[in-house]
Amino acid sequence: MAALSDQLLVIAIMSYVAAMVGHAAEYAFGQRSHVGRAAAPAVVPEPALVGAGGPPAVEPVLPSSFDPPPPAPDKARYAGWFAVAATVIAALVHLGTLVTRGLAAHRMPWGNMYEFVLSVTFVGITAWLVVLSRKHTIRHLGLFVALAMVLLLGVAGMVLYVDVAPLVPALKSTWFVVHVSAAVLSSGIFLLGFVPAAMFLIRSGYDRGKRSFPYSLGARVPAADALDRLTFRLHAFAFPIWTFGALIAGPIWAEAAWGRYWGWDPKEVWAFISWIVYAGYLHARATPSVKRTTATWIAVVGWLTMLMNLFGVNIFFTGLHSYGGL
Amino acid sequence: MTVVEEKPAPAPARRPNAAWALLRNSWRQLTSMRTALILLFLLAIAAIPGSVLPQRGVDAQNVDGYYAEHPTLAPILERLGAFEVFASPWFSAIYLLLFTSLIGCIIPRLRDHFRAMRMAPPAVPARLDRLPQHAVLTGTPDADAIAAVLRKRRWRVAVRGDTVSAEKGHLKETGNLLFHLALLAVLFGVAIGSWYGWHGNRLLVAGPDNAFCNTLQQYDESGLGARVDASDLPRFCLELTDFQAKFLATGQPESFRATARVDGGAPRSFSVNSPLRLDGANVYLLGHGYAPVIKYTDRYGRSQTTTAPFLSVDGMLTSEGVAAFPDANVDPKTGARDSKLQVAFEGLYLPTAPDTAPYTRSLFPAERSPALLLFAYRGNLGMDAGIPNSVYKLDQRQVTSGRLARIGDGKLLRVGEKWTLDDGTSVEFLGTKQYATLSVRYDPGEKPVLASAAVGLLGLMLSLTGRRRRVFFRVTTGRSTLVEAGGLPRTDYAGFAEEFAQLVKDVEDRDSEGPVNGRTV
Repeated sequence: MAALSDQLLVIAIMSYVAAMVGHAAEYAFGQRSHVGRAAAPAVVPEPALVGAGGPPAVEPVLPSSFDPPPPAPDKARYAGWFAVAATVIAALVHLGTLVTRGLAAHRMPWGNMYEFVLSVTFVGITAWLVVLSRKHTIRHLGLFVALAMVLLLGVAGMVLYVDVAPLVPALKSTWFVVHVSAAVLSSGIFLLGFVPAAMFLIRSGYDRGKRSFPYSLGARVPAADALDRLTFRLHAFAFPIWTFGALIAGPIWAEAAWGRYWGWDPKEVWAFISWIVYAGYLHARATPSVKRTTATWIAVVGWLTMLMNLFGVNIFFTGLHSYGGL
Repeated sequence: MTVVEEKPAPAPARRPNAAWALLRNSWRQLTSMRTALILLFLLAIAAIPGSVLPQRGVDAQNVDGYYAEHPTLAPILERLGAFEVFASPWFSAIYLLLFTSLIGCIIPRLRDHFRAMRMAPPAVPARLDRLPQHAVLTGTPDADAIAAVLRKRRWRVAVRGDTVSAEKGHLKETGNLLFHLALLAVLFGVAIGSWYGWHGNRLLVAGPDNAFCNTLQQYDESGLGARVDASDLPRFCLELTDFQAKFLATGQPESFRATARVDGGAPRSFSVNSPLRLDGANVYLLGHGYAPVIKYTDRYGRSQTTTAPFLSVDGMLTSEGVAAFPDANVDPKTGARDSKLQVAFEGLYLPTAPDTAPYTRSLFPAERSPALLLFAYRGNLGMDAGIPNSVYKLDQRQVTSGRLARIGDGKLLRVGEKWTLDDGTSVEFLGTKQYATLSVRYDPGEKPVLASAAVGLLGLMLSLTGRRRRVFFRVTTGRSTLVEAGGLPRTDYAGFAEEFAQLVKDVEDRDSEGPVNGRTV
């Protein structure tokens, strides 16, 4: 069962690579895609298309001067949907990896960093697919989502991998399921929230006339407004879960296991820092006098603190949360 | 019906006093969102050294280690409070300012919210078609019928003549305020815990001879809250009767279970994640290890036995420690102690020793083939100098100065084996006892903090999911009756258009069946 899990991981990664290739193909050959056109009315001199927020029924009309001549756009769109299909398959195989891993270990697959990263990325991809099913226009962000998945799963499989083993006594608690599932869920959504946040910054820079890399990518991502709203919703959804998982369920468990509900263990310090930074983002986003780009930068910093907590703390510091197996 | 309140006219402006103006402006600065955001950021940044540098509150030994590694830098960091970041003046200053800013922010908002909750929704604007949502109704319901529909859907309604104003979503602000008040309550609970809480950590060897009672002197390390006196500690005595550790074939621990007798009562077992909850204190199991029992027979033939807890250095419980016999070789006739003839053994205990040398590492954490590697030392142990010293290590100053000298090479002893030293004295390894490291703690702030955190989470969810919105209806009676509706979301709310359309439809539906009801009543 453990070997099956390892093989499924390889298949999942390969499927994500396929998704990435599909998205990249659409990105590269999909001349001024529907999304890009709808989102960039200033660049496309075609009034009929302005504000066409979503329905992918409008065919591209005008090739703009700085792009290569368009191949048949329909084919590029197929590449995009192929990528989405590959992502769905990858997510299913990804789930299979987790389930078989859990079955092999006779427990929830959250016992070490390898399994944790696998779970967080699964939450991320599931949240992505849910958002995508409601909002087709953001399909182009899939390239970055798939790229992140390949990188994270690659790191998990090559660097963080440990053999299946039962939990150490400290992890044998009901709170293991509660605390870790909430942490996995919120981390996954925060990590996904970074994608529209970064795209928003690129897009709004593009809208202000910046054309250098990475702002040049802005031509092909959804409108800044939509990205900003999506960023906010994802963060507003994840924040209470993070509050519950890291700052309520975690301390309840810590009291039973270590005798104190909060002791400034490195992991606790960074959970606190992430919470503070994301609280800052939500405040900044709700304050009209703070620019949206400033607020979104705070969300990006929050994402960096999450990465620090996930990788940095396990690798650089020793503390009570040292279950990573590194 | 709801009474429409008039806002009192603003008081006439007075010439401000300069000092008062400065004070007021500083207060406004402090309570502004920009300042709050900056303080939040400072708090996040200030917490970083707490994870990078060793913290005394987390592990005091690591701080000592840092001192040894960075002898010049450490005292400077110490003065900056870098080893106690979360108790340092600068960290406290940031969060106290932040909480002051928070109070300054929520008090006016509480007042405004209280007022808004009691106030009727505002009057209907002149141009409903300018609002984000606008509809002209098909039927001709009157204002009271519209109000009835809205009230049924739990809107707050004000009817003014032929107009209806309604509002919903005050829970958002209620939740927001609740969340921030809960943060204050959390801080208060933490303060209670640090004032009235206490803790003590100690290593407890199994057996009735090693039982301890809950007094400060009995702890290896302890901390009392600011308002706690040593005599306030509850009285109880604890004896570790048994300790069971199970391991997997790989050596990974599977379970730990300690059994203890409190005040001579029936044995109660506790484990990691399931502490021993006593009245007024909890006992937590933090770790475990082995304490070899070593018997030394001196040159006068007198035997002494010591149980020396050894500290584990790896996952296989290879353990290091010292068995000291400061009272060895005391002449029984004169009672004079020869400080040059004190004896100590530095030891390496291997619960599962390899069959052949080198005997440096245990192969398994359970005692499958226990062996004790001893190095004997004779001389002055330096225990009378009054300088505190670790009981797990020999005083290296005595060794380097030559006052304490090693005798011969190390010797591996299995259980029951005896080693005779060059002076005819002998040492015998009798076996081992289990020990557990325990933390005894009491924190009266826990429950208030948990309750506040739960309330805070509830408030947070209300605040993030709540949506304030207003709808207005105007019935214009002229040559023909026209009913108009307008909707205004006060917060980002994507589903408002659907809700508004549904509401308008409900009003229309109710209107079409209204006359029927009217006739029957």
